[in-house]
Amino acid sequence: MKKYQHNFTILSNSAVNEEHFIMELQCREPMGLVKPGQFVQIKIDDSPTTFLRRPLSIHDAVTSKGILKLLIQKKGDGTRKLSTIKKGDIVNLLYPLGNGFRLPENKNLLLVGGGCGVAPLLLLARELKARNCKITTLIGARSATHLTIPDAYSEFGDVLLTTEDGSTGTKGFVIHHEIFRHGMDIIDGIYCCGPDPMMKAVARLAKTLNKSCQVSLEQSMACGIGACLCCIVDTKKGHVCTCTEGPVFDYQELSGWGDKE
Amino acid sequence: MGNLSVNIKDLIFKNPVLTASGTFGYGEEFSDFMDISALGGIVVKGTTGSLRQGNPYPRMAETASGMLNAVGLQNKGVDGFINDIYPRIKNTNTHLIVNVSGSTIEEYLSVVEKINALENIPAIELNISCPNVKEGGMAFGTSCPSAIAVTEAVRKAYDKTLIVKLSPNVTNIAEIAKAVQDAGADAVSLINTLLGMAIDAETRRPLLSTITGGLSGPAVKPVALRMVWQVSKAVKIPVIGMGGIMTAKDAIEFLLAGATAVQVGTANFIDPAITLKIIAGIEEYMLRHNIQDIRELIGGMKTD
Repeated sequence: MKKYQHNFTILSNSAVNEEHFIMELQCREPMGLVKPGQFVQIKIDDSPTTFLRRPLSIHDAVTSKGILKLLIQKKGDGTRKLSTIKKGDIVNLLYPLGNGFRLPENKNLLLVGGGCGVAPLLLLARELKARNCKITTLIGARSATHLTIPDAYSEFGDVLLTTEDGSTGTKGFVIHHEIFRHGMDIIDGIYCCGPDPMMKAVARLAKTLNKSCQVSLEQSMACGIGACLCCIVDTKKGHVCTCTEGPVFDYQELSGWGDKE
Repeated sequence: MGNLSVNIKDLIFKNPVLTASGTFGYGEEFSDFMDISALGGIVVKGTTGSLRQGNPYPRMAETASGMLNAVGLQNKGVDGFINDIYPRIKNTNTHLIVNVSGSTIEEYLSVVEKINALENIPAIELNISCPNVKEGGMAFGTSCPSAIAVTEAVRKAYDKTLIVKLSPNVTNIAEIAKAVQDAGADAVSLINTLLGMAIDAETRRPLLSTITGGLSGPAVKPVALRMVWQVSKAVKIPVIGMGGIMTAKDAIEFLLAGATAVQVGTANFIDPAITLKIIAGIEEYMLRHNIQDIRELIGGMKTD
């Protein structure tokens, strides 16, 4: 897919909870096509300790209107600076980067997101539903107050919740949800994004259950376009760039994934 | 418009802005963002005798006004370059320069002999300055005898333009530059990255898998500029300057310090079209200062 460097105007930038915010951006030129699971590299101005761009998942997109949404976690100086950007401000994006999720038709699918890992699952759910897939979304968070926008997913199917402290939904991690014990017969495949330990745990379950499982990785990167070779991941083909060969992989492609701990 | 072209021996560059090895892939990664044929040249990723996986993740750490990397020469090896990559890029309408690296003189020679046979590669950049490999690399570039040995051996095997890329991790870079000049280099390029490291105070762990890595970006520019100035005074061959160039003004400073051409590296990661902006900015500077020929700027720093 053709990649672009475009300026976007901020339409809104609002907190979801203490840690997360959603930025809605309008492309100032005709926007290029994007796919679920792809990401952008956003340039952060006026943050002296932030030198490089930040890679961020595409949360949602309305291509016909030139609109992108990013769900962002405040992690360091760069993302904190982004959280202060105001309506009308302009940011520079490289997009669409990476390969994105593979999209089947007429399947019954489980989407699993942990923390900010739910970010790429919204556009994914939208595109899967358009392909006549039945979707269940399982969202995990530390507590009820850390949950990120579960309501947005209910438009596309059932939403299941787990929290580590049990303040809402099943107590524990996503892998402790009963769907993995009693609901998987009808599921054709899993899509997963979240912290590495969570994705590895889901991949182990996928292997046990003999289900396909696409995982979306987050690696630190400099360029995002396959030049710096910093965001490598160890695969059965050797080191590959997460930015160009991923960020979405079948867990079986990744060295050690699906194996017992 | 004034003349922007510069030359290294009989190799003429349409303008003095090249991209630095390891920061611009093979050029094709950037073609969605810019017309790569507008560049003076592209120095492609460091190429070794056989495929290398490079160092484990994490390989990169952001630092104040720069970044550390510890890629460790991940590349497909010279045969992979010739079979898979060269056919795709060979008709790029700018000079393609292969950065050559190795652990032993024999490995350097095995790469050089194969690259010498490629019609559309008019020059190599001999990398004797990579800080991120255990054997070879920087070890060759930090002492005069080893720098001479590898340069002399490669000179005998290579009849096109030979650029030697120097390490800043030395006490006297001008001595090394003179040594490789006398060993047959047609030009020197500098600086490679400065050896550095970063620690996460919270976890008390290094941020790179290799603990140390190479620092690049604006943080190194004053050091690079000083070294380019020292080397250009010490040698007769052209100097290609690099180190933290982000703008046309930065590039012009390197020319004034004595560089015949510049390479843009880390800046490509932040703006994949930055080199075009730098070329346009140099043209604008020349117009504003009524300079007809860019060569008037080379070594043009005033000290009186």
